[in-house]
Amino acid sequence: MTRRRGVASVPRVSPEPLIISDLACRRGDRLLFEAVSARVEPGGALHLVGPNGSGKSSPLRILAGLLAPAGGTITGGGARGFLGHDVALKPRQRLGAELAHWARLDSGLARLPAAMAAMNVAALADVPCRHLSSGQRRRAGLARVLASGAELWLLDEPTAGLDTASAALLAAAMAAHRATGGMVVAAVHGDIGLADPERLALG
Amino acid sequence: MFLLLVRRDLALIARSPALWMPVMFFVLVAALFPFAIGPDARLLARIAPGILWVAALLAALLPVETLVAPDLEDGTLDQLAARGLAMEMVVAARILAHWLGFAVPLLAALPIAAVLLGLEAAAFWRLAAALALGTPALAALAVIAAALTAGLRGGGALAGLIILPLALPILIFGVGADAPGALRLLAAASLGALAMAPFAAAAALRQD
Repeated sequence: MTRRRGVASVPRVSPEPLIISDLACRRGDRLLFEAVSARVEPGGALHLVGPNGSGKSSPLRILAGLLAPAGGTITGGGARGFLGHDVALKPRQRLGAELAHWARLDSGLARLPAAMAAMNVAALADVPCRHLSSGQRRRAGLARVLASGAELWLLDEPTAGLDTASAALLAAAMAAHRATGGMVVAAVHGDIGLADPERLALG
Repeated sequence: MFLLLVRRDLALIARSPALWMPVMFFVLVAALFPFAIGPDARLLARIAPGILWVAALLAALLPVETLVAPDLEDGTLDQLAARGLAMEMVVAARILAHWLGFAVPLLAALPIAAVLLGLEAAAFWRLAAALALGTPALAALAVIAAALTAGLRGGGALAGLIILPLALPILIFGVGADAPGALRLLAAASLGALAMAPFAAAAALRQD
């Protein structure tokens, strides 16, 4: 495996590598995939590719502990930060309060301002979430992942609805995360600016 | 962690437009019955505990569609589960928040309802004690039904059908609070429902 091990700019205990072995997933009667294996070292990234409906979201949900696999094992990877299709922002709450709630659950309130700045949502802190555009909501969801301090980022279509500038912010955030030994697993069509990711084709 | 979840749920309830619905419903039912039954004060006072118990039960059911379903739809439950938080704890926090959000205002409005129905002081205090003991169970049952029907179209009506039979013991011991030992049985039924609810609701929410 080729891995770019960046120099840790922030000292952090390197997590265990993420090892996926012989993973199988069944939804209802349909076998989405089986015998899927992959390994992500600290600082590494895994890019899940496949056509629509091939079950790219399911491995992410399994990795996040939201779905039980039909077979296989997952070890290591450290704490998970998950961004799914739904961003979990309550319409009447202000964005700043929403993100602060999740940061408190993650004991990461101190990391939140930097995370909000990194995804360019700091100026939206006082806006009720129902007034946010889909791209802004996406960026807020990414800021929550950044602030979580999790070692393993699980991103489902993170660039959906993002403009070019925001996608560049995401690419920079992922690079910084990997430089400190973090890992990224993303399900996406096309490129999201991950440097030399491992590719895993499904379906 | 638990307190963070309760605080969050209360913050959401406080901002919800339906905040005052259960307690207004409760008082309105108490105000309507004298018109429907007629001005027989003794009859009203006799049936008042039953009326208020049924009103409390239905008031607990009013917000059932907003108790769990929005969190399932907008990914909040996914975010909580991805953090490794036990669904049982999430549900327990929701039950406490729902109880604080519906039962506490309802108990505060109880004197008004009691006056409207001509309830005497002794009966009032018995009813207040019974409601204080029984409403946690109503909150627990409402959250179970909300978890079971989350993600279903028209889940609210189904939730009512699920809760009403389960709430019968609470209703029976609650209305019969003047019988010896009824309050203890009510407390026992209430504790049973509270102990079971987090596990039942969490099992309903866990995805296959």
